[in-house]
Amino acid sequence: MGRGGARDGAAAAPPWHSLPDEVLEHAFSFLPAAADRGAAAAVCHGWLGAERRSRRRLAVANCYAAAPRDAVDRFPSVRAAEVKGKPHFADFGLVPPAWGAEAAPWVAAAADGWPLLEELSFKRMVVTDECLEMIASSFRNFQVLRLVSCEGFSTAGLAAITEGCRNLRELDLQENYIEDCSSHWLSYFPESFTSLETLNFSCLEGEVNFAVLERLVSRCRNLKTLKLNNAIPLDKVASLLRKAPQLVELGTGKFSAEYHSDLFAKLEAAFAGCKSLRRLSGAWDAVPDYLPAFYCVCEGLTSLNLSYATVRGPELIKFISRCKNLQQLWVMDLIEDHGLAVVAGSCSKLQELRVFPSDPFGAGQVLLTERGLVDVSASCPMLESVLYFCGQMTNEALITIAKNRPNFTCFRLCILEPRTPDYVTRESLDAGFSAIVESCKGLRRLSVSGLLTDLVFKSIGANGNCLEMLSIAFAGNSDLGLHYILSGCKTLKKLEIRDCPFGNKPLLANAAKLETMRSLWMSSCSLTLGACRQLAEKMPRLTVEIMNDPGRTCPVESLPDDSPVETLYVYRTIAGPRSDTPDYVQIV
Amino acid sequence: QEDDDAATSDAELETRERLTTRATKPVAMSAETERSSTESSAASGLDFEDTALTLTLRLPGDPDRKRGASSSSSCSLADRSSLLAEAPPAPKARVVGWPPVRSFRKNALENVAAGSTRAACAPAKFVKVAVDGAPYLRKVNLRDYAGYDQLLRALQGKFCSHFTIRKFANDEMKLVDAVNGTEYVPTYEDKDGDWMLVGDVPWKMFEEACQRVRLMKNSEAVNIAPRSAR
Repeated sequence: MGRGGARDGAAAAPPWHSLPDEVLEHAFSFLPAAADRGAAAAVCHGWLGAERRSRRRLAVANCYAAAPRDAVDRFPSVRAAEVKGKPHFADFGLVPPAWGAEAAPWVAAAADGWPLLEELSFKRMVVTDECLEMIASSFRNFQVLRLVSCEGFSTAGLAAITEGCRNLRELDLQENYIEDCSSHWLSYFPESFTSLETLNFSCLEGEVNFAVLERLVSRCRNLKTLKLNNAIPLDKVASLLRKAPQLVELGTGKFSAEYHSDLFAKLEAAFAGCKSLRRLSGAWDAVPDYLPAFYCVCEGLTSLNLSYATVRGPELIKFISRCKNLQQLWVMDLIEDHGLAVVAGSCSKLQELRVFPSDPFGAGQVLLTERGLVDVSASCPMLESVLYFCGQMTNEALITIAKNRPNFTCFRLCILEPRTPDYVTRESLDAGFSAIVESCKGLRRLSVSGLLTDLVFKSIGANGNCLEMLSIAFAGNSDLGLHYILSGCKTLKKLEIRDCPFGNKPLLANAAKLETMRSLWMSSCSLTLGACRQLAEKMPRLTVEIMNDPGRTCPVESLPDDSPVETLYVYRTIAGPRSDTPDYVQIV
Repeated sequence: QEDDDAATSDAELETRERLTTRATKPVAMSAETERSSTESSAASGLDFEDTALTLTLRLPGDPDRKRGASSSSSCSLADRSSLLAEAPPAPKARVVGWPPVRSFRKNALENVAAGSTRAACAPAKFVKVAVDGAPYLRKVNLRDYAGYDQLLRALQGKFCSHFTIRKFANDEMKLVDAVNGTEYVPTYEDKDGDWMLVGDVPWKMFEEACQRVRLMKNSEAVNIAPRSAR
């Protein structure tokens, strides 16, 4: 590109720096990845300007990393924005309520500066009904709303969306806490509205008007994804499927009912008509007798999410074994080792496996051990992403897994009891996890668990050259552990640590590293206030937040340097310290 | 009955866990000073034998917590021994936010577990739940729960897992915010419009009578009629 039409060698092609912006922008439009666009923008001022003016998709991984107005001003042509808020450990209750991460400032800035906005996605943020009303009234071509793990809104806010967004294509609500005001939000879609392609209200707790839903599904001929909530009974699922046989993704909601052969026949017939179904999920308290109704779609399924399904036993395994083209499988540990052995034998195209604990605090009555993971890793050559909760592990198993699957990009192992050693040798699991990082050169995400010493972190620091996210809990035995991580792991973006004996020294020694990362979370470690103060002073472009007992009334300024810090959350930002901290958060 | 026993010991577990979380803070401080000599050698990057040895030093969140009776935290437990006298020591102590299962998922699992024990086809009875100081209300379906323990655990799950359930000898129940120690008393509004303490009447009776639930801060709950007036 760029070389002009001149054939005469003396009349040189126009130099790079005088290429018209339209040419640059057109070229940049072929760079889909934000990282590539960022790299292009760093070349020179001209490219910086052309790139930022033409950027269509913006992902803000930390809502406090930049001020909303600045983001909107810098990228005026954005059509799709994604903003993430609370730290990841908020998912597990480690962040008290009212921490922040309000979506309102982002919605307000977007309403001002991005009138043509089409897509908005919020994750782990507080979204109010007012936000939803503003979204509905500010963007005339709004098409996609995705809310993941958010809270603060009700069905009244949803009603504003369904009523106001005439071009809505996707309404995707994943695992949000939604207040049920019994306002019939679904009924607010006008009768003339037909553009819906994705409707996911699986996290909603209340009833929906089924007749309205049925009419909606009937008239939206482009509907590809429909994920229902628990309030929709089984026989209604069958009639919806008959209205929408073109579905690609279905979430069935509650799947329990006493076995009736006529209902079975209805379901079987309905599923038989769904030739395009590829993704299936649902909160199945499933009576196993109904599973054969799904057999006709098994062959075509690429994704199966049974992670809320308490169904177990041979029917479950028989069902999964028929899904020969499965790429993504999420199950409960009720599948047990022998079930995973069957998966290993049947699902040769498996890329992602997640096994969740059915009884996280239980006495380990489920027969899921390291065996299951070893089998799957041995027989599924394309397996690259694993999340596995189990009760026991050995170094030998991990070493075998590492040898089998050097292609892992995401490996998250959670041994339920903290500090559990190799149950055979009683040693730490250093050797096993070291084998994983040494073998899997492309590993981007890692969660470790079990009994681990500083040695494993030496290995991770040295070998985790693509590692972007690392989660550590109840591990290590001295500052060295943290030092290894922070001084290694060249591409680390997110580090989250809890209950580890890591103190001030490695934090201060590696302060500069923190600016190359998105964020650091450390809770229940051995940090003191003095070090946090030093860190904040040394690194003005980091925000250093500490969370302590809300009962403590004296301001942090009056506390001595050796006061323990319960939770530290540090992140880089160009926006300066935030002004919406609750009482229990202090910015140092 | 079996469920209730398990729930009682769960409640005890949570209490003990909360107490030991507090108790381990001083332990952490002493472990810090014990380790300081190791730290200086660690910073120079020498001697992994030394770091291996430090495994025996007491660390924050020590496994001692499991052996509740014998650990240093037993001094604070002794005060509440009347509380814990009933239940046998449980094998595991629960830690806030561990294992790392999303609160959303935990709630869903509880609802499923409760649902399988409840009578089929009962129409849902959603009541609002207000917590003093929380920005918005939640709703729970009383039919999802078989008893007070399950209800309290569901509330615990919904309000960000910060509550631990504390039960007293006279059947009183309180939810305690693990983060700031605030105590909440579960109360409900009955069909007459009166505000009652949760737990007095049999579950089924409560299920019928309850119109809404409020977790009242302990300081305000003194205005509720005392239990002795029965």
